[in-house]
Amino acid sequence: MNSIIALSLFGIANLFLGFLNNRKILMPATLAFILFALGLNLADWNTEVLWFNNMLRTNNLSVNFTTVILVATLLVVAISRGFGDDEEHSHPAEYYAIMLFSVVGAIMMVTFENLLMLFIGLEILSVSMYVLTGSDKRNLRSNEAALKYFLMGAFATGILLFGVALVYGATGSFSIYGIGNFVTENRMGQSEITPMLYVGILLIIIGLLFKVSAAPFHFWTPDVYEGAPTIFTAFMSTVVKTAGFAALYRLLSVSFVGEYGKWVYLLYFLCAATLIIANITAVYQQSFKRMMAFSSISHAGYLLMTVTSNQATTQSSILFYSLAYSIATVTAFAVMILVSENKTSNGKPDESFDAFKGLAKNNPLLAFALAVSMLSLAGIPLTAGFWGKFFIFSDAFKRGLILDLIVAVLMSAVGVYYYFKPIIASYMKEGNIQEITIKPIYKLTLIITTILTILLGLMPDLVKSIF
Amino acid sequence: MLTISLILLPIIAGLIILLTKGDNPKTIASIAAFVELILGGYAYNQFVPNGSSQFGASYNWIASAGIKFSVGIDGISLILVCLTTLVVPFIILSTFGRTEKNAPTFYALILFMQAALIGVFTAKDIFLFYFFFEVALIPVYFLAAIWGGENRIKVTFKFFIYTLFGSLFMLLGLVYLYMKTPGLHSSAISEIYQIAEGLNGKQQGYLFWAFFIAFAIKMPVFPFHTWQPDTYVESPTAATMLMSGVMLKMGTYGLIRILLPIVPLGVQTWGTTAITLSVIGIVYGSIIAIQQRDMKRLIAYSSFAHVGLISAGIFSRTLEGLQGSLMQMLAHGINVVGLFAISEFIFQRTKSRDLSRLGGITQTTPNLTVYFVIIMLGSVAMPLTNGFVGEFLLLKGIYTYNVWFGAVSGLTIILGAVYMLRMVQKSMFGETSKLTQGFADLALHEKMTLFPLAFMVIWFGIAPNTFLPIIEPAVKQLLTIIK
Repeated sequence: MNSIIALSLFGIANLFLGFLNNRKILMPATLAFILFALGLNLADWNTEVLWFNNMLRTNNLSVNFTTVILVATLLVVAISRGFGDDEEHSHPAEYYAIMLFSVVGAIMMVTFENLLMLFIGLEILSVSMYVLTGSDKRNLRSNEAALKYFLMGAFATGILLFGVALVYGATGSFSIYGIGNFVTENRMGQSEITPMLYVGILLIIIGLLFKVSAAPFHFWTPDVYEGAPTIFTAFMSTVVKTAGFAALYRLLSVSFVGEYGKWVYLLYFLCAATLIIANITAVYQQSFKRMMAFSSISHAGYLLMTVTSNQATTQSSILFYSLAYSIATVTAFAVMILVSENKTSNGKPDESFDAFKGLAKNNPLLAFALAVSMLSLAGIPLTAGFWGKFFIFSDAFKRGLILDLIVAVLMSAVGVYYYFKPIIASYMKEGNIQEITIKPIYKLTLIITTILTILLGLMPDLVKSIF
Repeated sequence: MLTISLILLPIIAGLIILLTKGDNPKTIASIAAFVELILGGYAYNQFVPNGSSQFGASYNWIASAGIKFSVGIDGISLILVCLTTLVVPFIILSTFGRTEKNAPTFYALILFMQAALIGVFTAKDIFLFYFFFEVALIPVYFLAAIWGGENRIKVTFKFFIYTLFGSLFMLLGLVYLYMKTPGLHSSAISEIYQIAEGLNGKQQGYLFWAFFIAFAIKMPVFPFHTWQPDTYVESPTAATMLMSGVMLKMGTYGLIRILLPIVPLGVQTWGTTAITLSVIGIVYGSIIAIQQRDMKRLIAYSSFAHVGLISAGIFSRTLEGLQGSLMQMLAHGINVVGLFAISEFIFQRTKSRDLSRLGGITQTTPNLTVYFVIIMLGSVAMPLTNGFVGEFLLLKGIYTYNVWFGAVSGLTIILGAVYMLRMVQKSMFGETSKLTQGFADLALHEKMTLFPLAFMVIWFGIAPNTFLPIIEPAVKQLLTIIK
């Protein structure tokens, strides 16, 4: 829990570090801050404590989720490079600080005990993300994306808050266990449930599904992902998603598990819809970044499947999947940042698949890292992504979600189609990419993520046994 | 430990190769492959021919889910392990005449492929089987897509998606069975066999199709073969040899290891359909092969026809059919690698595989002719060649199952002779053409490739008992599970 306090302080410290003339210190400092927070977080292992008048709860589940979030943040920070070379207009201190603040929000979303904390965490996360999306101030697309994200996101948060209010009205409690007890008592005839609760549950689910960009609340995703600076796209698609699913899972499995028979139909249907819409649309994308946006939606679909199945193993499935997905996504975006900066079309970074043409020739490491990350996202064995999918399929099988499973299998095959586009471009097409110079820490990050992906693909038990 | 070393050795050698430069990759790769061959021979030598699984090793893989990394070799596995270790060294040798761009990766991928194949053939856990089954796709895909011909990108991509699509349904089937195991679940194949006994006919019917489509695409069986000819033609010959020589045996092996014992009731219902498709494949493939002008494409279709026969033999569920299928897998693997090697040697000299533009090679290179004719005869299944034993047993098995299927399958002998003899005649005999003038004699590495292959063709034909005693108890054991 101390990680929340520490990260908030570090964020402020970061702002002050920005006054220093030496900006190079910012990134190592931020990395150190996150590592420190990670250590504080791990210190909570095997304790079950309620904090701040029953507002937050730390246990092994929250520690695990926090770890995944912090690891993803660590990787994203490691591949950020001071946010552009434009000295006058770049504000690295602010960006790092906002990232740290948003992580605070994300951690609150995985540790909340009280629904108000969920709301506050979500807002901290979202407001930071709105700012970061628009951080490329002189880029029209970035501004448009930020505005879109803000308008839609604020609306979704409003819906969520409305849902929280209705649930409170129906159950008289903000505590997720309190609500859970109320719902269970109702099943035993000791309390009565009004339709208000169902509307409340529905609205909360909608609010959270918006944040994790599941269909049909996904329309903002491609535009925002494409407009935002790539580094924040990577951050958004990993940290926000993990936190969102953690929150969704906790709510549904603790508070509303008694009404499983009701909301399961909603998620059952939305899961299939998300998978189909995302994968089919992704096939037609020409831009790598947009493809990754739809890929992110499709992974929301897979994660939704395990949430729908609501098994005892669901939490470890979400964790494993989020970890595998985050590592692969950060790798992919890291390679893309390097390649697209190197190659411009019409004065802008080239983000299409063509930008990767001939990458393997002079940059074997980048091409290999990209290939491994794509294979992992596609769920091919030997990579972590395969086991992620495997665990999720097993969960769904236990619950007998046959329709979703068949859709998921078909869509996995479709997924291979678009995930292979960059691999084909980089290995099999001719191109003229010169050797790209990579900073050591950047290179190290790529090597670590690639090895991790393969290692988890060979020995998933390394982390699965912890989760 | 032996099985583990069989899997690990090519991987380690491959990793070492990735770190080397210059001419070394070839040498290291061939040394590794020959060491692997010796290991395979040692396994053959130490193997006690009974129905049991030997040289086993088992480690926890995903402890909480009861999934184990467990491998072992029984009679059926041994045949395919022998095939893999026998064929790969010569595949590597046959490439010595070419200088591939980015050679280390090329040879490393071949070795990784070998490791994955051995993994498939020795896995004793369904998910380990699936794992290797899919992993084998990656090296061969990159081999074909990077070093292949003009259309390679499109063609190999179709191949990849096609086969992956099929195996995803197999994964669903396997997870379904796995979920039925009691307690914390277990995915050991033996456990799955037991669980499968409790399934009713309808469930087995669904599972049958989930498995059959996966394996049928891999083999391939009509009408799932459309990826095959193009992929074989566009791939570099080393990859083609790997695919046709060994990889397609993953499909037939899967039928024997997974499909027959797990869903016997499903096979009872749908077996006739499967045999019909296989038999259609035999005739259809042969007829198309007769009309081909491209040597590689011709061999591809001949391979398609032969696999149809193997698959029909497996689905006959008779002792002879299964024995024959295993013998034929071995024979076909050796023959088809030999044939592709010869087509490659001819192509390297003439830059053509077009039968109408070749001819008269025998006048300058009698050596090649001898090898070509021997391997061709093996492929036609002449008595005293390796093809004969398998094909005879297969036809007997199919005949026992149903006379008419047997009769139609028998066409393979006639049709096979037609296209094979036509190929040899058009390419080797007749007038020397512009392309084949001054056809250079076989180089050392080419002789070293073809001589052992031709030798095996004859040896396994004269002494089928090298392998039959190993096959028999294993097949009998399998038949008791099915019954």
